[in-house]
Amino acid sequence: MNPCQFDGARRGFFKKSAAVAALYLTPSVLVKTFAADTVVPMPIAKEKLKFILNGKPVALEIDARTTMLNLLREQIGYTGTKKGCEMGQCGACTIHVNGKRLKSCTQLALNHQNNQITTIEGLAKGDQLHPMQAAFLKNDAFQCGYCTSGQIMSAVACVREGKATSRASIQAYMDTNICRCGAYQNIVDAIVEVAKSGAKI
Amino acid sequence: MNNINLHKNNTNSYKVNFEDERVDGADKVTGKAKYAAEYNLPNMAYAVFVTSTIAKGTIKNIDTAKALASPGVLDVIYYANCPSVPGYLTNAAERPKNVFEWRGHKVLYDNQVRFFGQPIALIVADSLENANAAIRLVRAEYESQAFETNFDKVRKDPTKLKGTVAYKRGTENAFKTAAAFIEAEYTIPAEVHLPMELFATIAFWEGEDKVTLYDKTQGPKSTQSTVVRTFGLPEKNVRVIAENVGGGFGSGLRSWANVPAALIAAKKLNRPVKLVLTRPQMFSLVGYRPQSWQKIGIGADASGRFVGITHEAISGTSRYEDFREGIVNVSKFLYACDNVDTKYSMLPLDVSTPVWMRGPGEATGSYGLEAAIDELSYQLKMDPIALRLKNFTTVNPENKLPFSDINLKDCYAYGQEKIGWKNRPTVPGTLKENGWLIGYGMANGVFGAGKGSASVRALLNKEGKLTLECAVSDMGPGTTTSMTKIAAAAMQMPIEKIKFKLGDSDLPPGPSQGGSGTTSTVGSAVDLACTTLKQNIIKLAIQYAPAFANLKSEALEVKNEMVLVIADPNIKIAIVDVLQLTPDKQIDLTIASSGKTAEQLKFTSNSFSSHYVKVAVNPKDGTIKILQVVTTGDAGKIISPKTARSQMIGGVVGGIGMALTEQLEMDHVSGQIINASFGAYHVPLHSQIPPTDVWFVDKPDVNMNSIGAKGIGEIALIGFAAAVANAVYNATGKRVRDLPITPAKLGFKS
Repeated sequence: MNPCQFDGARRGFFKKSAAVAALYLTPSVLVKTFAADTVVPMPIAKEKLKFILNGKPVALEIDARTTMLNLLREQIGYTGTKKGCEMGQCGACTIHVNGKRLKSCTQLALNHQNNQITTIEGLAKGDQLHPMQAAFLKNDAFQCGYCTSGQIMSAVACVREGKATSRASIQAYMDTNICRCGAYQNIVDAIVEVAKSGAKI
Repeated sequence: MNNINLHKNNTNSYKVNFEDERVDGADKVTGKAKYAAEYNLPNMAYAVFVTSTIAKGTIKNIDTAKALASPGVLDVIYYANCPSVPGYLTNAAERPKNVFEWRGHKVLYDNQVRFFGQPIALIVADSLENANAAIRLVRAEYESQAFETNFDKVRKDPTKLKGTVAYKRGTENAFKTAAAFIEAEYTIPAEVHLPMELFATIAFWEGEDKVTLYDKTQGPKSTQSTVVRTFGLPEKNVRVIAENVGGGFGSGLRSWANVPAALIAAKKLNRPVKLVLTRPQMFSLVGYRPQSWQKIGIGADASGRFVGITHEAISGTSRYEDFREGIVNVSKFLYACDNVDTKYSMLPLDVSTPVWMRGPGEATGSYGLEAAIDELSYQLKMDPIALRLKNFTTVNPENKLPFSDINLKDCYAYGQEKIGWKNRPTVPGTLKENGWLIGYGMANGVFGAGKGSASVRALLNKEGKLTLECAVSDMGPGTTTSMTKIAAAAMQMPIEKIKFKLGDSDLPPGPSQGGSGTTSTVGSAVDLACTTLKQNIIKLAIQYAPAFANLKSEALEVKNEMVLVIADPNIKIAIVDVLQLTPDKQIDLTIASSGKTAEQLKFTSNSFSSHYVKVAVNPKDGTIKILQVVTTGDAGKIISPKTARSQMIGGVVGGIGMALTEQLEMDHVSGQIINASFGAYHVPLHSQIPPTDVWFVDKPDVNMNSIGAKGIGEIALIGFAAAVANAVYNATGKRVRDLPITPAKLGFKS
């Protein structure tokens, strides 16, 4: 009994499996391919990781290969940090590490022992939006919202690092963050507004 | 400012200005908004594709043993062990009743490779790390076959073309008899949608024939229908959830390999499975704008009146599936012209299937037509706007129906004033600012304005709060916001008391979000639901409120959450008080809104745009900078000005990519895409975007629908690339007819 039988498809399934066995699983082919590299990865031991996430201590055991992005999204359940490319090219996964922005998709989580990590979930204070979040809302600095977390994390860093001195300098700093909906102009407007307000961020 | 809790599972309440901001905006700026891949179900497994490393051929064998022995790997599914999907059967007689054949590539079905990067196996593991680690352990042996991926090479061979459709009114090739004419070829490479959200499906079989999917789709009902028809399931047993969609631009208008693959794996392993594509896979597995070639002949008499337009086009498709584009359509109707002939064909190649990309064929065709008109204007020594005005028409010359409304003249007036058209050099290449060559260009866009059918449920509860529901999706334009605004206007009640729910196939049926049709279609349905709701409220007031007992419904109106007597507004009762008097204490109704009425069909409806661009070109190295953009839209009443403006600036950004940077590149020796990353395929970035001024005519199109609104998603982009191309010509005197326009194509060495 095959667990994957779909209703009404029984005839097709049996017919197909017979054909497959006859055509493709010939012994010569099997021998040939099995003669290749026989190395199979060993089970990966779990490693201990401790860090501060949005002000709260986190301690867990993780697969050493886990990126900070996948740790946040798949294991901790903080899906506000987005996966857009996993190559450090789009900026959707931008977080703050010890106050500096970083693309979490290129970071092995284990490299962040005892670090202070801030994600988009950590910006608002209670029911008070962070000034940059409020400015993004007011200036409609997004459409689909998928790059928005990364844009906001970069935008906060932009103002903090004193790079929000002109539209051109903001644009240059923010070139790390792609927005395919094309909200760029409104994003810069939001950053200019926060920078001008002098709000402590 | 209203203090409203927007979060179902959150105690925080952020301040959102509902009158001015996106009603669901707080979720998006705080990271609370959930997209398809962001649900974690108990015992969920992770799936990743293994993809082909040849463009065409037969898989002789797949060695999965090492992958299966790798830690955490639960299964490797491929053609030899893949359960049969009813809709995969090609022979209709073998398929169960009500099952339709899967359209396009049947993933994991057979041992044929049809394009480079095609999924050939699916690894399922207990963690994403374990799944990814096993990819390199799967080895396939192929028998390669000769293939063709080179559009430019093959398109000249007429025997390779298929699906040719021709159109003619008046005389063929009449442009050649005109006092002035041009004939030129225009080419556009394949471009890729690349929404920021990766395509993802989570499939969860809740029972033998009952499944729930979290899917990145522009149409929850469309995905539901695809699954129902492919897997032979009862419609009520298939639920598709797409609460938030991280961009789409057309790529989410159909289901791709991720949907059946996740369903197959979840069924085979009897546990929920999450399948997320990688960014490189986003270039080959979820569609793209096909490469195209166009030849346009256009001629005019000495006064500028068009004598003839001949428009021929070819666009690419896959070998296994037809995909047609409306490239030549715009030439048939945007301008007055008695003699028009067009021809369109597809060119099948050994690549994956393309799909509609923002503006679809019209964006491709408008680039050619609007550039050709610009070229003609120089021949005639006539201003390009004056030339368009000369051929302005209020009647669609193709179907002879009047446009329901057309205000392009207002767009011309605004655009040329704001861009500084008077500074445009009539002789190209003669204006300089700060050592850079300066040019001005404009072009128009047009797209059909449809109205389809949709159902909306309206639930007015005893607190007087209104919930509206429809199974449409919102990939970014702000549908939730515009629908809420339409309801607030129709009910004349505060916007914060209204909630619009979408993104779930269990809601009343609605359209896919595409073709600029959501606001017209769903907005009309929301308007109808509210009209019906008001009638019901009035009926209940007459029936249950003693003060209204003897009044006729025509004498009453609903306004400011009250029922009142029109002749004497002092006689009134709060809606919540009416509901208190009724047995149900609430009103729950569902309406179905249909397509255009007979009256509306007496017109042809379109949205129009007109784009204005000022560019600077560095005479030393050919660097192109867009200095300023003015974009204007004629799309009826603008329901939500702030989000509409965002859509228009988004179209400009997309248009800049189309004009200057975007190009899918293939290596025709191996048949593979060689720039499948954001690092190599260049979408526009922050620093490439100039100040953009957006303006709308904002006049209700009363012949279109009850709300007077038409779509803007497509017209925001359509024509924009031509405006850039025309400006670059005006700056340099060099006409590049092959997008994207690069310094090299302008004759500069890189």
